Amino acid sequence: MTETIAYTIIGIGLAFDLFGAIGLVRLPDVYNRVQAATKCVTLGTCFILVGVLIHALHTGDPALGVKALLCALFVILTSPVGAHAIARGAHIAGVRLWEGSVADKYQEKQASEEH
Amino acid sequence: MTFFDWALAALLLASFLCLYRIGRGPTAPDRIVAIDILGTLIVGFCCIYGLVRQRDFYMNIAMAWALLSFIGTIALAKYLEGRAYDD
Repeated sequence: MTETIAYTIIGIGLAFDLFGAIGLVRLPDVYNRVQAATKCVTLGTCFILVGVLIHALHTGDPALGVKALLCALFVILTSPVGAHAIARGAHIAGVRLWEGSVADKYQEKQASEEH
Repeated sequence: MTFFDWALAALLLASFLCLYRIGRGPTAPDRIVAIDILGTLIVGFCCIYGLVRQRDFYMNIAMAWALLSFIGTIALAKYLEGRAYDD
């Protein structure tokens, strides 16, 4: 029973990881890729780590499970910060938006601050 | 193949998609995003592999990789903004 729960959670995480990687390949510009890949892969990896924690507690190896929980904490804390830094850096470095984009709030904010 | 073999295969497939984007990506931020995502995928891969092999030093590798990948991403983002690393 506990193994089935762990397998289900790891399976959900794998699906999120695969969708994030497919989004990284398929989406048109860097900002779309950042948001698709980072959100999907962060959630998916956290699901995988929680599944590993449940499975490790079930098989009686708590040291492995607690390290998995610690990894999940690191991923949750660091991944969104990294993605924000990349998107900001890309905008400052002058990477163009995809031609189908409808809004560029960061540029509007900078333009309003200059006036 | 057991469940964990399929899980490792799926993570390898996702990693190869990231490698495609690293090789193909038209701009530098594309490659940096793909490197960041590859690091996160490898954390999950190491954890599942440690569970399969029942060795917990793979988890130490995963923790170190998570933190080092974050530092590398921040350094590359600073480089994109055109600032020094200690700015």
